[in-house]
Amino acid sequence: MSFQPVKFYQTGTFTVGNRLLPDAERSVQSTVRRTNSLNSGHRACQGCGEALGARYAIDAAMEATNGQLIAANATGCLEVFSTPYPETSWQIPWIHSLFGNTAAVGTGIAAAMRVKGRSDVRVVAQGGDGGTTDIGFGCLSGMFERNDDVLYICYDNGAYMNTGVQRSSATPSAARTATTMAVGPTPGNEFGQGKDLPLIAMAHGIPYVATALVSDLRDLEAKVLRAMEFRGARYLHILVPCPLGWGHDSSLTIRMARLAKETGIYPVFEAENGEVTGVSKIRRQLPVEEYLKPQKRFAHLFSPKPREDVIRRIQAKADANIRKYGLLEPQA
Amino acid sequence: MLKQIEGSRAVAEAVALCRPEVICAYPISPQTHIVEGLGEMVKAGELKPCEFINVESEFAAMSVAIGASAAGARAYTATASQGLLFMAEAVFNAAGLGLPIVMTVANRAIGAPINIWNDHTDSMSQRDCGWIQLFAETNQEALDLHILAFRVAEELSIPVMVCMDGFILTHAYERVDMPAQAQVDAFLPPFEPRQVLDPQDPVSMGAMVGPEAFMEVRYLAHVKQMQVLDLMPGWADDFRKAFGRDSGGLFHTYRMEDADTVVVALGSVLGTIKDTVDGLRDKGLKIGVLGITCFRPWPTAAIRQALAGAKTVIVIEKSFGVGLGGIVSANVRTSYSGSLDAVYTVVAGLGGRPITRESLARVIHEVLDGNAPALTFLDLNRAAVDRFLAREREKRRTGPAAEALIKDVGLVTAQLR
Repeated sequence: MSFQPVKFYQTGTFTVGNRLLPDAERSVQSTVRRTNSLNSGHRACQGCGEALGARYAIDAAMEATNGQLIAANATGCLEVFSTPYPETSWQIPWIHSLFGNTAAVGTGIAAAMRVKGRSDVRVVAQGGDGGTTDIGFGCLSGMFERNDDVLYICYDNGAYMNTGVQRSSATPSAARTATTMAVGPTPGNEFGQGKDLPLIAMAHGIPYVATALVSDLRDLEAKVLRAMEFRGARYLHILVPCPLGWGHDSSLTIRMARLAKETGIYPVFEAENGEVTGVSKIRRQLPVEEYLKPQKRFAHLFSPKPREDVIRRIQAKADANIRKYGLLEPQA
Repeated sequence: MLKQIEGSRAVAEAVALCRPEVICAYPISPQTHIVEGLGEMVKAGELKPCEFINVESEFAAMSVAIGASAAGARAYTATASQGLLFMAEAVFNAAGLGLPIVMTVANRAIGAPINIWNDHTDSMSQRDCGWIQLFAETNQEALDLHILAFRVAEELSIPVMVCMDGFILTHAYERVDMPAQAQVDAFLPPFEPRQVLDPQDPVSMGAMVGPEAFMEVRYLAHVKQMQVLDLMPGWADDFRKAFGRDSGGLFHTYRMEDADTVVVALGSVLGTIKDTVDGLRDKGLKIGVLGITCFRPWPTAAIRQALAGAKTVIVIEKSFGVGLGGIVSANVRTSYSGSLDAVYTVVAGLGGRPITRESLARVIHEVLDGNAPALTFLDLNRAAVDRFLAREREKRRTGPAAEALIKDVGLVTAQLR
């Protein structure tokens, strides 16, 4: 094994462990082969979960394809902070067309590669939750239904952060956004609304669907690598905390993602051909307050008057996730 | 090879001869027969290598074409009417990105009220989107313009829209001369993109551009469209050499030699107009026809020159800018050196209303006799509109206008019988 100096980046957990591991067992982020597909110098906010998620995911996809990768990108934070002309942070062939058509642009690229006999070149389409669950949903569903050879990655921060934190169909219940203000008798986003896109993706019967978090680098990378083993439509939903929109300290991005998992609010699982094949277990379930409290978008649940009724409903949803996906490890 | 085939089939065969690599299809009348024909050829293995993708909307159709073209594939789609509007955001985007996509627009009215028949409202709504717009007069020209369109699009890296009248051309069986594959191959070299998504040479396409360069990027698009005006005669020469007939060009003239009255139009109605003009010539009128093929870019200087001898210009158009009047005539006015009062607008054939020689001759006489206003609507039932306006004055709740008008027109027709 040859040793080369490795530039040190924050890589979530296992960082030190990585450096002690044989090269082949290291995370992509900790190897010298890491491509820095989304290079440094971009204009994302401090603590941006999406920038982290995109680099992790695309570097892993580059590893899986031996660098033969083309990306289509929806309008949104990721597109804006990475490409103010004439600078670009992308080290891969990359196209931004519109807000709502990214999956279809991916289909077009994949069709071009097929017609040219370039089966080695693979395609990723990516966007935020607005570009995925709302305005881009038609094109995404079409891409799924035709089983086009595209990996679609949604970086879900639960609102339209680029335009100033407006509600999307991925905004969690009770969350304050600029269009679901913390006023009136039911402050924040309504209960009983929103889309569960990973389940909708599974209902299309596509080969591979997974959820991931920026707090679990190895799991995220493993899911990208697994996704690239399949041909056809694949979907990866990554929860990416947003310090700006969620109103948490920018040093807490990884912690917020980890809490989303450990409270049961965000189930981490993978599914093949419409059936769940694996879940990331929770060692010890944490109460949802631990996730909600550090976020200003939920501040109205704690002051001026605690809204225990609302918190109970959020807790009930987390408990339901834990039951549904079997997230809790059996107690010894 | 001479063939007696449907216009849509002629276009499908011509597009196939251009060796498209990715075809996106979403059904909308009257365009459907074109992509049905191409789909069959791909499915049967006659057209390969080619990917035929049944998409879920016109917005997706143009978006798939954008992805395919950006990745270096020759991309084609076809649409009409509501479909063109539904893909409008992607239509502008394809032009902004400079992707040489070719699209057929089988011209059809825009609703509401929903109407499947022919006029030019759909294409005209996209006249400023940055695509080159070519209008076909006949099925032969529609066939030819598609072959030309790929050449023009790829040489300049600009998308081209070939506009042909829905039903009137798309569904008409006419004799066409279908070129051989070798002829098309000689005229249209393989697609060599100016920009391409390539892992060996990564670029970022569609990056954000701020105020510091946006004007320059837009102006560049204008400069490239203007190049079409200079290059088109050369392409037309090449076309003549390759296929032995005239096609393309900026516009066609008919009996213009000593004309002091010129009728301007685009599309299939030119046939009826020429017949009408023949009749008027027989009666001694000095009248000619200017048929515009290239609507975008607008050939300002060439049209000014062509209209130099005209004392009266009558624009017959199947499009209507509500609140203004004529769209084509507004363009013509920028290219006429005489008095603007001498340019008359005749809006005709909206929603598929037949444009007859009798009506054309009547309106031309009215103009020349000084009895026509600057804006005329050919064969408009003004009385029905007036009755509706009267009802609106009488009561508040008049209901949906379209239903009221069709009921009125229907009742009147019944009474006439």
